[in-house]
Amino acid sequence: MLSFILRRLLVAIPTIILISIFVFALQKLLPGDPVLAMAGEERDPATIEFLREKYRLNDPLPVQYFTWIGNALIGDLGISLRTNQPVLELIGEKLPVTIQLATMAMIFALVIGIPAGILSAIKKGTVTDYIANVVALSGLSIPNFWLGIMLILLVSVKWQLLPASGYVPFDEDPLRSIQVMIMPAFVLGTALAATLMRHTRSAMLTVLTSDYVRTARAKGLKERRVILKHAFRNALTPIVTLSALLFGELIAGAVLTEQIFTVPGFGKLIVDAVFNRDYAVVQGIVLVTAVGFIVMNLFADVAYVLLNPRLRKQ
Amino acid sequence: MAQTATPMTVDAESANDPVLDRRPENRVWKKFRTHRSAMLGGVLVAFFVIIAMLAPVLPIADPTATDWGAVRQAPSLVHPLGTDEIGRDVLARMIWGAQASLLAGVVSVAIAVAVGVPLGIVAGYFGGWTDAVISRCTEALLAAPFLILAIALAAFLGPSLTNAMIAIGISATPLFVRLTRGQVLSVAAEDYVDSARAIGLPTRKILARYIFPNILPPVLVQATLTIATAIIAEASLSFLGLGQQPPAPSWGSMLNTAKNFLSQAPWMALYPGIAIFLVVLGFNLLGDGLRDALDPREQ
Repeated sequence: MLSFILRRLLVAIPTIILISIFVFALQKLLPGDPVLAMAGEERDPATIEFLREKYRLNDPLPVQYFTWIGNALIGDLGISLRTNQPVLELIGEKLPVTIQLATMAMIFALVIGIPAGILSAIKKGTVTDYIANVVALSGLSIPNFWLGIMLILLVSVKWQLLPASGYVPFDEDPLRSIQVMIMPAFVLGTALAATLMRHTRSAMLTVLTSDYVRTARAKGLKERRVILKHAFRNALTPIVTLSALLFGELIAGAVLTEQIFTVPGFGKLIVDAVFNRDYAVVQGIVLVTAVGFIVMNLFADVAYVLLNPRLRKQ
Repeated sequence: MAQTATPMTVDAESANDPVLDRRPENRVWKKFRTHRSAMLGGVLVAFFVIIAMLAPVLPIADPTATDWGAVRQAPSLVHPLGTDEIGRDVLARMIWGAQASLLAGVVSVAIAVAVGVPLGIVAGYFGGWTDAVISRCTEALLAAPFLILAIALAAFLGPSLTNAMIAIGISATPLFVRLTRGQVLSVAAEDYVDSARAIGLPTRKILARYIFPNILPPVLVQATLTIATAIIAEASLSFLGLGQQPPAPSWGSMLNTAKNFLSQAPWMALYPGIAIFLVVLGFNLLGDGLRDALDPREQ
């Protein structure tokens, strides 16, 4: 098991190096000179030169890359050009907000997606299955930022039930925090629920036709037990591998959801950084999400092996 | 549809002819035609394509003409879908917006296919270090979430519809590299490819005659489904201000303005969203239907 994890870690290293080169190149290709923006209206040549030296922009590109990646490895992702805060600190500040949003969204997704997937697999070909599929496909086709706008229109503007925007830290007032976050989490969760439902359905369909399910039924076990104990547990394996994919969807979905509900999280940070040409922040975010994604993939692989006794023995 | 050697006669007998039925083109088309949701998808897509193409000749208002006397008017006979914050006709902007959305969907996927499929074929067929380099780069690009990558690229290229299409196209490319590579690996292991090699066919011919036609169906399915994703991505970028620039209309940017007038002019937000939903649903249904029709195992 340990050698499997180590081997997977080794494979991840070249990928991470490539991402870092890509992220670095991206910044070098961005239009507009950050130094000119910082130097202000006068564009005093001495100031520009000083800033270039300060941010080591006069070094050759490979030197700049190694300086950057060396610093990144010890947790120094540079300083935000706009707020003068270290990028890592900025990300650390916003990340808990997005984690709360993502966790709540995931709960919505699991509670809706998995039962719907199981139900439509059991009732394959019936009206229930048909409706579940139509709803899931609609969930995939609705742009979630529009769903957010429509919810604000109905729930906040018309019925005035929930606030349209804002954020309350969870440790300050948990109840209020959940209340404010429930709409964005629902919007983000529905798209995931659709993906989850479709995967659960197809995994369940594969498992339900297998020999051991037929054996379990032949033994006279209750249908409920066959479905939950025998079928679903085995269908869970491919669903677990999905978690890495869902992570990507969550982060990307958070960008738009946070923009609509003005949630001060990770997603809003990247949009603001893009518009302010805050390169260091954009770079830091892309690097952190990509590494996060690779780590999630690694977890998914390990979980896959742990869940499958046949692979575990090898 | 491929030409058949024997002349086709349409009568009751040949319609049920098991030999005729076994020809793959006939089978695929027949399955597709009876696939109700796929046909619905096809109709939805066709509707938007026709509307987008007819935009210049339809009797609608100028989509960029402002009318300060008719600001944020509710839907009426003159303006069937109402007007926006500077008095422009929402219906006209929706119809012209269809052009931007469909164009973005199709062009960005065309970019992804044109770059991704050849790279996937090279990686899958030749293997070795070319495969290693292409595969590692693909994995690295896949590690960044699709939309984050598209946002970062669109930001670096500068905000415009063309650049949004390029950004979405590049972000979708690794999907096609990976898919094509996997397909090529399984097709290249088939006996007929071995025999083609054994009789000394040049690689170019093997690729063109045996590999390419066999990897085409899954690529086609993926392309259709990716158009749906790309349309949402374009709307998202335009919504963030990184796509189509004003005053040119786009569904995403219409929603961006609409969210500021939710209580005064809800129609501004309603219709562009429904349009995005329907066209994306159309492509998703079409893709799912194509997959079922092209899958020889599904009956």
